[in-house]
Amino acid sequence: MKFAVLVFPGSSEAECVRAVEECTGEPAQCVWHIEEDLSSFDGVIIPGGFSYGDYVRPGAIASHAPVMKAVKKEAERGALILGIGNGFQILLESGLLPGALMRNTSLKFRSQWAEIVVENHRTPFTIDYEEKEAIRLPIAHGAGNYVCDEQTLASLKEQNRIVFRYAGENPNGSLDNIAGIVNEAGNVLGMMPHPERAVSKWLGSEDGKRLFTSILRTWREKHGVATTR
Amino acid sequence: MWKAVVYVTVKEGVLDPEGQAVERALHSLGYGEASGVRVGKYIELTLDTADRDEAESRLKQMCEKLLTNPVVEDYRYELEVASS
Repeated sequence: MKFAVLVFPGSSEAECVRAVEECTGEPAQCVWHIEEDLSSFDGVIIPGGFSYGDYVRPGAIASHAPVMKAVKKEAERGALILGIGNGFQILLESGLLPGALMRNTSLKFRSQWAEIVVENHRTPFTIDYEEKEAIRLPIAHGAGNYVCDEQTLASLKEQNRIVFRYAGENPNGSLDNIAGIVNEAGNVLGMMPHPERAVSKWLGSEDGKRLFTSILRTWREKHGVATTR
Repeated sequence: MWKAVVYVTVKEGVLDPEGQAVERALHSLGYGEASGVRVGKYIELTLDTADRDEAESRLKQMCEKLLTNPVVEDYRYELEVASS
């Protein structure tokens, strides 16, 4: 399996590349935002950071970059697309996921550990987690306050598309404690917590690791590749 | 040439934490009469188009595509002949 990690001016791509390679043993390649073809990749990760300095709105300028047209095409084709933090904001701004992220209700940038519940462990991104498993992942954002209209919320719930929720304290005021959602087809995940920063004990948690192993297992099962790890 | 100003505000019904914080600060400064504070953005730009209709329709597109997020924001604009 070959991963693309998108790079915009201001992205924090390095930890994603390293997390993918360490957790899955598969290669991850950085792809600059002007690339127009992602067809040689099996999965796309849009990393966190501050693309274009968060100008206009977080993710707004990046969502119009040439590479995002290619991401849309791959999403339609069924490739697995993961947006983390700013990457989640970019997915929302580009319309690949519904809703929007507003400033945290505290108005503070929150950089801390967050207690998360895996609400749906049957997505391509979460099959290596247990049902309703409680995990610990770091967050680092100033605009993670997820909002959407009532109709969208109702369909997210009905279709079991809320993948992660904050347990205990909600660090940003998000609607229904939402921390991550998938699209209708289930192949595009956006989340505020950073799984790539929780992939080994010395980082404080390895709960993020199984997100990457889930992606690989999904891909292998779909393509009939024998598991070697 | 046309000069445009665009005002962007958080939609009615969408929580505006910044506006609320400013409102609380105004109250603590003794301005109890202030309410409904919404914090937004002000954007100015110049458009080089043939006529006003074109400037207006292009400006609307810019607002919908990039300057605002229609999911959570409203906008209004003013358009006038740019003084050279």
